Amino acid sequence: MPRLNDSNVRIAAEIIGRYPRSKSALIPLLHLAQEQDGYVADDAMQHLAELLDITPAEVLGTCSFYEMFKREPVGDYRINICHGIACHLLGADDLIHHAEEALGVRQGTVTSDGISIEGVECIAACTEAPCLQVNYRYMNKVSNQGFDALVEDIRDGSVAVPKHGMLALTRQSIPEGKAAGNAMVESNDPPAWWPEPAAVEGGN
Amino acid sequence: MPFEKIVTKRFDNVDAHNLDTYLETGGYVALRKALDMTPEEVHNEVKAASVLGRGGAGFPAGVKWGFCPPGVWPRYLVVNGDESEPGTYKDRQLLERDPHQIIEGCLLACYAVGLTQCFLYIRGEMAHAQERVAAALNDAYDAGYVGKNILGTDFSVDIVLHWGAGAYIVGEETALIESLEGNRGMPRLKPPFFPAAVGLYGQPTIVNNVETLANLPWIIDRGADAYTAMGAENSKGTRVFAVSGHVNNPGVFEVEFGTTTFRDIIEGADYAGGVRDGKKLKAFIPGGASAPWFHEEHLDLPLEKVTIDKAGSMLGSGAIVVMDEDTDMVKACHNLVRFFARESCGKCTPCREGTTWLERILSRIIAGHGRPSDMALLTEICENISPGIAWPPKQTTICPLGPSAVSPIASSIERFRNEFEDYITLSDRRVIPVGSA
Repeated sequence: MPRLNDSNVRIAAEIIGRYPRSKSALIPLLHLAQEQDGYVADDAMQHLAELLDITPAEVLGTCSFYEMFKREPVGDYRINICHGIACHLLGADDLIHHAEEALGVRQGTVTSDGISIEGVECIAACTEAPCLQVNYRYMNKVSNQGFDALVEDIRDGSVAVPKHGMLALTRQSIPEGKAAGNAMVESNDPPAWWPEPAAVEGGN
Repeated sequence: MPFEKIVTKRFDNVDAHNLDTYLETGGYVALRKALDMTPEEVHNEVKAASVLGRGGAGFPAGVKWGFCPPGVWPRYLVVNGDESEPGTYKDRQLLERDPHQIIEGCLLACYAVGLTQCFLYIRGEMAHAQERVAAALNDAYDAGYVGKNILGTDFSVDIVLHWGAGAYIVGEETALIESLEGNRGMPRLKPPFFPAAVGLYGQPTIVNNVETLANLPWIIDRGADAYTAMGAENSKGTRVFAVSGHVNNPGVFEVEFGTTTFRDIIEGADYAGGVRDGKKLKAFIPGGASAPWFHEEHLDLPLEKVTIDKAGSMLGSGAIVVMDEDTDMVKACHNLVRFFARESCGKCTPCREGTTWLERILSRIIAGHGRPSDMALLTEICENISPGIAWPPKQTTICPLGPSAVSPIASSIERFRNEFEDYITLSDRRVIPVGSA
């Protein structure tokens, strides 16, 4: 089902409606496609191009720039181990080495049961080093034993993390009638609360 | 001088992200107050508080707001929540723990400058922050604090939550705008693309950091005088610093800006509690991966912008990373350079090629295949990215990412050249092409 399904097409329309220019919705829509399929499929990119009235090449151009978008299936649980400077100082390299040994795979590859590990750049939890994210959910001050326990929890299904692709569990929703409306570039109107200019400025 | 917490004041309250709790603790009071003032009065108050931008460059927010050309509409607000500078851990906490404070800050900025739509750009990897902000926005819309005719006035503005997707460079303000337009996040050339004049969709656009905006409700509520009563001459109010690395008590601390010293925050019992395991300090990074390193003799400098600039580094994004005497400085340097090499957007040749070669040469040195000429080679490549290797850095690139990779190399070679030479002297001297090590 790599094109967006009907329910996601409705969500996509809502997201597109929040931007003065529709292409601004591209990154949120790529997340939506990844949420649906676990990765961004070629057909999904084609579909997004149709929805935004841009070319598939433009969609691919944006998609391929950003680390989080995966263009092939990558497994259900991605463990991103931070190797930024703060984590490096507190043993990130050893943790990554341990993770590779424990799972029997190198960084960037997926186990047969859908778990992958990757060393990633700083994830903004520097005081909790070494840290990692499972599908973008944090685990702080991770020991080798902590990592093993995490993998065990993933394997027996007890880890409370949605599968890869699902990002925020809460969506913004702007109730009808409460939206201020997009600030369209073409309007050139001052905002309603803006005071009238007192007098014409001299020299202009 | 009286010091009280401003932006982290609700961090002890685990319910602070809820609208009810926010309202019970003084939330949206500043917004009501501002709506009884003219936009100009609100703007002047922020200008008088001289709140410095907290994203890295440290430019006064009130002055930046004044750069919008008059009579050109619409104007936009883009909130920079793409926190990714290694060592930095403050914006994520502000977003997760007190999201309404950021929303209120956005509203105040929009009201003061006449910004009619706000895009809150949050780093893609921060799923929980996105959830908290989405929930807060939904509640704020329901209660009439955001959207059409806010609190029954003429003031109407939508705040749109936008997600990033993993790219450090998008923290640069013009790259942020490119990304928000749905493009690859590559910086634009200034001039002409100063966002206040030519920003989102070519319109005047204010780009503010999350922590900068978090200061605004307090400033409007209590007044610029109360704000400037705290801090030093050129650095007013408070600032949030994350202290990480080899310390006993790594943490995020809000301190009085400009008066607290590095020694206070690194060694103080109420703060990071000193270098761990009784070890000695070898070096520390004062303001994120892009900042030149400091040493023992800099510990008594105050956390104040002008002083630190003069001393040859920067407070940047409030990230202090401490390295103890056992740290391998070649590996630390390589770690930082690898970051910039991976995060270079590829637009400018000196950065795209230069950071990549720097990383490969450092890899080769660490792998035991370094050559004596590598020291000069590293310096030569740095020169091509940042002529003169000085501070503040000159650049042959559009944005400062490339020159940022020069900082750790210049810092580590200046002080710890012997460690590089040890790696090279002990190498096996086989000639291995760069890149295959």
